[in-house]
Amino acid sequence: MSFINLREKIVQVKIVYYGPGRGGKTTNLEYINRKFSKQIQSEMVSLKTHGDRTLFFDFLPFNMGQIKGYDLKIQLYTVPGQVKYNATRKLVLKGVDGIVFVADAQEQMREKNIRSLNQLHENLVSYKESIFKIPLVLQYNKVDLRNQGIPILPTSVLEKDLNSKLKVPAFEASALTGYNVPETLKKIISSTVISIQKKLM
Amino acid sequence: MNYGVVSQEQLEKIDEILTEKLIKIGVDCVIIIDMAGNIITAKDNGTSKYDVYSFAALAAGNFATVDAMAKLVGEQEFSLLFHKGSECNIHFSKIDDELLLITMFGKSISLGFLRLNVVEAIDRIKKIWARG
Repeated sequence: MSFINLREKIVQVKIVYYGPGRGGKTTNLEYINRKFSKQIQSEMVSLKTHGDRTLFFDFLPFNMGQIKGYDLKIQLYTVPGQVKYNATRKLVLKGVDGIVFVADAQEQMREKNIRSLNQLHENLVSYKESIFKIPLVLQYNKVDLRNQGIPILPTSVLEKDLNSKLKVPAFEASALTGYNVPETLKKIISSTVISIQKKLM
Repeated sequence: MNYGVVSQEQLEKIDEILTEKLIKIGVDCVIIIDMAGNIITAKDNGTSKYDVYSFAALAAGNFATVDAMAKLVGEQEFSLLFHKGSECNIHFSKIDDELLLITMFGKSISLGFLRLNVVEAIDRIKKIWARG
């Protein structure tokens, strides 16, 4: 749930990057941290294991300027993607306002994407939220691997696998090079802000 | 309960309580957050500069983790958490199921004295929150 401070005119919005392990959620945040350093006043917080895998979450606060006189503070989180960490994923989802689902476009990851999206659905249900109602953007990450001869799923297949029922905005992307990373972020911020405005009115 | 949006009046009263019960006795910084990691309000003594937004995200995660551990050993909850350092200490206390009071303080205050004041502050904040 977003939190609105009427005295200081601040709106805090929580956006979570969700998806299968090694899919590029942390890389998305790292790119945003580098690219938009002017809008980011504090350091990115990463809770990782020694093997550089996300253990709990990454956190990146982000200032979006003003909307109707209110300061918009976007809080970006990632979840740990590894299968065994679902309890932690659930904790991070608490109070979420918008979600970016980062799918791994490699052919061998097809099933893991679907499983992870199904689990997102279940986790949201446990908070009485619905994957069909919450602002959601899909990102088909790692399309740059195509140039290196690694088999990548065509976007039409990813759309059919993941987005045939949801019908939400989706982007091909490369978190490593930054291709469509800002576009994904802009889309989820605008969908989330619109949804909060609707709830308040 | 008016959760999600807090009125200006409520916030001012809560800030008064925090100033009177905690900042005045020498606490460096006090923050109220919700369990999702949002900051409800933050007060400091004017000299300490903490990154309260990152702090809130980590504190919410920390508290949620400890809560999950409590359940594993058959406890309903561990309602109090305390971290001791050589220069700075952090005290966490649950206000209700959604809110957490975090206090950062140095060597000049004893833990017992702080806890007494925290309990009183929480009692008064709860009453204001319930009226919202």
